[in-house]
Amino acid sequence: MYTSALPLIIVLLGVFLLARLTGDPTSLYLPESATEAQREAFALKNGFDRPLLTQLGDYFTGVVHLDFGTSLRTGESASEMAFRAFPATLQLAATTMLLAVVGAIVIGCWAAYRPNSLADRFSSLLSMTGASIPDFWFAITGVWLFAVLLGVLPTSGTDGPLAWILPIATLMIRPLGVLTQVVRGAMVSALSAPYVRLARSKGAGDLRVVTHHALRNAAAPALTVAGDLAVGLINGAVVVEAIFGWPGIGKLMIDAILQRDFAVLQAAVLLTAVSIFVLNIAIDACYALLDARVREPARV
Amino acid sequence: MSTQLDLVPVKPTTAIVGEASPRKSGRAVWFRLLANDRVAACAAVVLALVLLTALFGPMLIGNVATSIDLDNSNQAPFTLAHGWANVLGTDPLGRSMLARLIVASRTTLSVAIPAVVISAVIGSLIGMWAGFYRGWRETVAMRVADVIMSFPSLLLAVVVLYVFSPSAANIVAVLALTRIPVYLRTARAESAELQSRLFVDAARTFGASAPSIITRHVLPIVLPTLLTVATLDFCYVMLAESSLSFLGIGIQPPDVSWGLMVAQGRTYLNSAWWLSFFPGLAIVITTVSATILAAWARIATDPGQRWRLTVPQKRLSRFTKTGKAL
Repeated sequence: MYTSALPLIIVLLGVFLLARLTGDPTSLYLPESATEAQREAFALKNGFDRPLLTQLGDYFTGVVHLDFGTSLRTGESASEMAFRAFPATLQLAATTMLLAVVGAIVIGCWAAYRPNSLADRFSSLLSMTGASIPDFWFAITGVWLFAVLLGVLPTSGTDGPLAWILPIATLMIRPLGVLTQVVRGAMVSALSAPYVRLARSKGAGDLRVVTHHALRNAAAPALTVAGDLAVGLINGAVVVEAIFGWPGIGKLMIDAILQRDFAVLQAAVLLTAVSIFVLNIAIDACYALLDARVREPARV
Repeated sequence: MSTQLDLVPVKPTTAIVGEASPRKSGRAVWFRLLANDRVAACAAVVLALVLLTALFGPMLIGNVATSIDLDNSNQAPFTLAHGWANVLGTDPLGRSMLARLIVASRTTLSVAIPAVVISAVIGSLIGMWAGFYRGWRETVAMRVADVIMSFPSLLLAVVVLYVFSPSAANIVAVLALTRIPVYLRTARAESAELQSRLFVDAARTFGASAPSIITRHVLPIVLPTLLTVATLDFCYVMLAESSLSFLGIGIQPPDVSWGLMVAQGRTYLNSAWWLSFFPGLAIVITTVSATILAAWARIATDPGQRWRLTVPQKRLSRFTKTGKAL
């Protein structure tokens, strides 16, 4: 808990400093012909004239009160904008992760259970594509093939279930490939462990051996990787949201950076960092659920 | 009895057999291992071709890539009607796609290779140092790695590239920084395990200094793993550069990289699919080759698994059919 809070604070601090380094928003928001007095008024209104440390102090007080100030672009509350965009990304990421985990477990277990079978080759192919296909190219080729040539899917937007297919497929290639390989590797070693032989010899069926004995032990490494991949989904989300016009947090971040909208950027990054922080805690809790060796010392 | 004792060789035969052949011609053995695996050999050839293209291609084609010919704009690929140079089609300004792909290969590789080398060298050095000494050095190094890893790397790149101009050198720096933790973690884990081994203790008792133990006893054992990680990471860095260029914050026009070409072709998706398709395909071919080679290297550098590559491929299937895990 303590160790995962440290990155959170550094991210907060880093975003504040880096955002200030990206340049002065005054010149971007006021016309070229603005007078010196107008510039000063703008800086005064948004607090850019105060010393950096004071700004930092205000920033942290604001963070505690969930107040990030108002967007320079729209004049809305920055935290409201971030919270409005967040569900879209969360839905996309959660659906992707769920599908990837289920798919990886099914294909990975099958591949480990039958080495060199069709499923095994398929799992190698998946991990190969996951590691080597650029997501933006996959998305664009998908749009070209299914939206332009065949006309069965929409090119962008969030209307209807069909609009979800391409963004989710694009986001999923990498997690699915990596996870399948991890599940397969962990299952191969779990299936050759003595306790699996014991389970077989006491008469447990194949399905039971795989799901109840081997998979529970193979789940821990898969969980670690799934956590890292979920963090990486943020990267993918920026690209996917930019291509498909998905109104999520990734698009909000890119727009905020391009337009020097500090308040929105800080709110969006903090929201992302907090969700990664919560995710890490949830993963730690899942470890305890899965593995009695992790759980045991806590009781003593 | 005495005659029998004389027959016993001075050194155990297994050691001689096991070490003599790679010692004699280490490079030849690697080539034979590579030639044995046809898929990995193909991947190596493709990578070598890409590298040669990046090195000499721009010199050979001269100014074909920049010569604008508006009469020939957006010509479809796979026809020789407009000359050899336009076999992969032309872009909206009538420039040859093939020539542009060749020029872009140099930009793409000149970002990816330095980024991988810099992050690999810095990350592994810090990792080995941290793992060797343990204690506070290890804690600090791991915390820093955690912080870098928990920050969405694309976001870091976006912000840094806006502070400084998005030049090739800055992209290399950002990509190298975000990939350092990968090597740091790998090197630390292996070095922390190695530093408690007997041969390291022996070196310590002889009075060897820490830097010399790290370079002579830890590095040779960690190196194969690190090289495999680096090969795989090459794909990641290439994809990251392409993503940045695609989002408009990587390589800037008039320079051209494969990712940037995909982005530029996106507007013409309805009329000229080849503008985005071929640069992406070039990325995929390169990264797939690197992935295959990394998988091969993982087996080839593992003494316990290397035998798989020495067996001819037809017979290999019989070995793997017995249910042994690969």
